[in-house]
Amino acid sequence: MYSTTYHRPATVDEAVALFAKGSDAKYLAGGHTLLPVMKQRLAAPSDVIDIARIPTLIGIEASSETLTIKAATTYFDILSSADVKRTIPAIAHLTSVLGDPAVRYRGTIGGSVATNDPTADYPAAVLALNATVKTNRREIPADAFFQGLFTTALENDEIITAIAFPIPEKAGYAKMRNPASRFALTAVFVAKLKSGEIRVTATGASQDGVMRVPVIEQALAANWSAAALEGITISEEGLMADIHGTSDYRANLIKVMAQRAVAAAG
Amino acid sequence: MANVQLTVNGKAVSADVEDRTLLVQLLRDHLGLTGTHVGCDTSQCGACIVHIDGRAVKSCTTLVGQVDGANITTIEGISKGDELHPMQAAFRDNHGLQCGYCTPGMIMSAIDIVNRYGADLDEDTVRHELEGNICRCTGYHNIVKSVLDAASRMKLSIAAE
Repeated sequence: MYSTTYHRPATVDEAVALFAKGSDAKYLAGGHTLLPVMKQRLAAPSDVIDIARIPTLIGIEASSETLTIKAATTYFDILSSADVKRTIPAIAHLTSVLGDPAVRYRGTIGGSVATNDPTADYPAAVLALNATVKTNRREIPADAFFQGLFTTALENDEIITAIAFPIPEKAGYAKMRNPASRFALTAVFVAKLKSGEIRVTATGASQDGVMRVPVIEQALAANWSAAALEGITISEEGLMADIHGTSDYRANLIKVMAQRAVAAAG
Repeated sequence: MANVQLTVNGKAVSADVEDRTLLVQLLRDHLGLTGTHVGCDTSQCGACIVHIDGRAVKSCTTLVGQVDGANITTIEGISKGDELHPMQAAFRDNHGLQCGYCTPGMIMSAIDIVNRYGADLDEDTVRHELEGNICRCTGYHNIVKSVLDAASRMKLSIAAE
């Protein structure tokens, strides 16, 4: 790792001020993406600004319509939350298959969403549930937030403060994990919102990161069942191919994971 | 450079280290606590797991600044003198280690698992919970056996205290 300067501000405003002072600063939450990248010398921030323990960024709130998870809430706390299990059990399940227990103690939902790794779990939930990404400046709808591989609508110094998930009528998540990294080889999140809208997303599949899957959304709108997806073919165009799987393997996984996710959603 | 102050295995530690220092480097290179291992160095294998404020965390993916003020327990800090921790004793009795490289991380993870689940552990839970610890000898069968054995021993030792 190259040399860097570590800061632990007490407030979001202090964090933003420190960011402005650094020549090439980065925010640090759980650190389970940024630190490995720094260790490989693929990133060399002048300053790392630890926002993981800012009190206003931690906590979970549920109303009848919305589940709000603040950005620096760890996966462990999300997994332990009765509110999450009660309102959107699919998010509890997603969290239980994310990383491993040691990673879940450190990793945060805001970190995952801000990084937008193409194989990460949370972007699939945020996009499928049509969640709102709240920052220290504005509110960004999920459809406008994710902009391709490791790219989001966030400004460099902008901080996610919370993710607000509308509580859906039904939701389910199914994941084929890479057994070593525990990232998604391909995973699918299906949601039937209270408005009746059906949104389906896949992660770990597209070269552009998390994506919606219109062909599955249409089939489920006509008939919400795993069987309705039986005859569907997903195009392998634009899907990732690597040592873990070819693009047509991932295309098939999208269908199979979608069927499992629908079955899980009930 | 930064000064960090933390508690390691019950002892107060003050260290002047570069900000880029990882917790595992502080433990091994500065404090000589080489029981904590670096396996993959990519946050996947769990050989470097220690307890930070009672939670099993990967010390290769933690900057020392992040643990300033924290209470750290490593594999060196769990026995009572010559008396092994029940998890260590169970690993020895059940042949839960072969080359031993992953063992410190396995044991620190396993103690955390038993702390969270109590003695009501089943094999599936142990296997799922140990996902973040990789054994290249593939000795998982006896590792799982050790953890289940230790869970009942730890229940007894908690009841005895």
